[in-house]
Amino acid sequence: SPFQNEEKRNLSLGGHVGFDSLPDQLVSKSVTQGFSFNILCVGETGIGKSTLMNTLFNTTFETEEASHYESTVRLRPRTYDLQESNVHLKLTIVDAVGFGDQINKDEYRPIVEYIDTQFENYLQEELKIRRSLFNYHDTRIHVCLYFITPTGHSLKSLDLVTMKKLDSKVNIIPIIAKADTISKSELHKFKIKIMSELVSNGVQIYQFPTDDEAVAEINSVMNAHLPFAVIGSTEEVKVGNKLVRARQYPWGVVQVENESHCDFVKLREMLIRVNMEDLREQTHTRHYELYRRCKLEEMGFKDTDPDSQPFSLQETYETKRKEFLGELQRKEEEMRQMFVNKVKETEAELKEKERELHEKFEHLKRIHQEEKRKVEEKRRELEDEMNAFNRRKVAVETLQSQSLQATSQQPLKKDKDKKNRSVVTANQPGVSLSSSKVMITKANVEPLNCTSWWQAIQCCSCLVKSATWREGFL
Amino acid sequence: AGPVENKSEAAMSELVPEPRQKPVVPMKPMGINASLLGYIGIDTIIEQMRKKTMKTGFDFNIMVVGQSGLGKSTLVNTLFKSQVSRKSSGWNREEKIPKTVEIKAIGHVIEEGGVKMKLTVIDTPGFGDQINNENCWEPIEKYINEQYEKFLKEEVNIARKKRIPDTRVHCCLYFISPTGHSLRPLDLEFMKHLSKVVNIIPVIAKADTMTLEEKTEFKQRVRKELEVNGIEFYPQKEFDEDLEDKTENDKIRQESMPFAVVGSDKEYQVNGKRVLGRKTPWGIIEVENLSHCEFALLRDFVIRTHLQDLKEVTHNIHYETYRAKRLNDNGGLPPMTVETEENHESNL
Repeated sequence: SPFQNEEKRNLSLGGHVGFDSLPDQLVSKSVTQGFSFNILCVGETGIGKSTLMNTLFNTTFETEEASHYESTVRLRPRTYDLQESNVHLKLTIVDAVGFGDQINKDEYRPIVEYIDTQFENYLQEELKIRRSLFNYHDTRIHVCLYFITPTGHSLKSLDLVTMKKLDSKVNIIPIIAKADTISKSELHKFKIKIMSELVSNGVQIYQFPTDDEAVAEINSVMNAHLPFAVIGSTEEVKVGNKLVRARQYPWGVVQVENESHCDFVKLREMLIRVNMEDLREQTHTRHYELYRRCKLEEMGFKDTDPDSQPFSLQETYETKRKEFLGELQRKEEEMRQMFVNKVKETEAELKEKERELHEKFEHLKRIHQEEKRKVEEKRRELEDEMNAFNRRKVAVETLQSQSLQATSQQPLKKDKDKKNRSVVTANQPGVSLSSSKVMITKANVEPLNCTSWWQAIQCCSCLVKSATWREGFL
Repeated sequence: AGPVENKSEAAMSELVPEPRQKPVVPMKPMGINASLLGYIGIDTIIEQMRKKTMKTGFDFNIMVVGQSGLGKSTLVNTLFKSQVSRKSSGWNREEKIPKTVEIKAIGHVIEEGGVKMKLTVIDTPGFGDQINNENCWEPIEKYINEQYEKFLKEEVNIARKKRIPDTRVHCCLYFISPTGHSLRPLDLEFMKHLSKVVNIIPVIAKADTMTLEEKTEFKQRVRKELEVNGIEFYPQKEFDEDLEDKTENDKIRQESMPFAVVGSDKEYQVNGKRVLGRKTPWGIIEVENLSHCEFALLRDFVIRTHLQDLKEVTHNIHYETYRAKRLNDNGGLPPMTVETEENHESNL
């Protein structure tokens, strides 16, 4: 056989080899690439989500106050670039705006959809043939901070329903917001009530991991303090000789970072300084894998026996791909057909319109010809009149000249000119008559030679406007 | 020997960068980002990540290719300072040179500084030893692709393992015979084919048979020939991520590589120190002495600075190329995958 089985033996090294730098090599690569961390905040409007984020990250993320009148719960992601020492963090804070304000309490749906969409996007990238996972901007939600209203009594049904829907999709850390509105003893009872309700309803919240000895102790201690009772504040108050973040009341100052006042420090410790990487890892290896598995099974893939695994996946993938391509082709064909039909329809419409316009044109042509005929008639009448007038004029002038010839010769020249002119004038109608005949003929012929009715109308108008035979009138 | 050693150390730090320092967790903000008003603790993610990786451990698979007798096993043993590879000569004289190229993978778990590594050395006895060596790279290429196939199978499962076992070849050391002339056609053919599927690091074996001048000349000639034949050995130019990488890698590609090495697992006393070396009538060749050979450069390059990068290039580039090709082929699966498994069973 071409290769032997592997033998795993523990060997001792004869000296320093140097691969203990491997974690550093790996980490420095990640540092160069940067990290993503995505937090989802779910809680009623006005419960202090934005303030808490500002307090946690020591900065002011620009946000307007949310309104209570959102028509539906919508997810609003905002991405920020933070840097500390040489670490670049792409932090995305997703707000579930409008949560708790809806009358119809189906509010978890947009949240679940949003989380699923981020998984889907990652899955799509992973399934691509040419993919680039190593520089993919991971938008999957790594932790969901669930803000519990500090009623002091118990969880609302909305809270239970929502958390139950989210616990298999995201790491949930429940938080009691505005903790300064509850007294310490009430708080203690409240916490116990909440945890027991979560347990009895089978809600799986995120447990800080206790398998790594380095962090096992602190994590198990913290697990017992859940849910964290927090307050947020970006205002600073002078306490003693220090400026601390706090809320000032007439009866005292509630300090954010004072562990006997609230659990803010614990939250920050757990969320950022101890378990940020674990939250990311759990999201990828547990929640995402679950989503992927369900999605692929839904799509019809299955793992059969070990020998034919990739084959069946490959085959199913191929079949699905063929199906999809077939579907695509069909849709294309449909669209093309639809387009052809639409074109035919429009063509028919246009033809109809064309016919109508052609009719109109014919009609107008007729009217125009009618008018022209009338004008022609009038012109002829006028010509006749003119001719008659000219004849009378000639007759009169002949008479005049005959009588003047007896007197002198000079006026003869003038008369001659006059005669000539009048002769010329007399001739003009003749000239213009013949030329106008040409024009009329021309007017009769030309429009009909136009290739389109629009052109024809324009020709006629031009002819009417600039016809030289008009001058006969002048 | 004293000043020589210092010079070699200085040379070492010149040519090979120090592994990057462990970042110290600051207690006060560094004041880089004006909008951060106080210390948050984002940079602790580095420590968190490091702890996690130390817990899971690492896989590393290195393949050695070259004619018999070039000192492949010895070199690998020297690299990892332990008997990770059984020598083909030595006490196993009954083992004949195989008639075809064999692939032998042997795995060990080694630990250093709390870091556990599962190291697999893949030997290729029989390569280049036949009379007719045509296509003797094929079994090797096949093996490499089979590991990609294995990984892909695991990756496309519906229910996946939390950590997919990685048997892909991260690094292939190709041993060049120190003829002093030029590369042989077999060398060129092998590297041409395989540089497309795996990271190849060419090394000049038994470098103690060349003088310094011969070494420099030979290296230059080899580099030229590789360039002329379009062979991209690791670190490949096209994968330089930024200017820093490029300058660092350019230096290695154009001056240091191919590393002219000598391997040994025997220790000798030199100037009051125990060193790994080869004893000859004319002197002791110190393996880790940079003025004697470039073993230390190779070791630092492969293990101390570029180990993770070798794995990442394998995963992000070679494996992805294989995967893309596989998914594009319409079910064109290599029939041998099924057959070998059957053969394997029947041969037992």
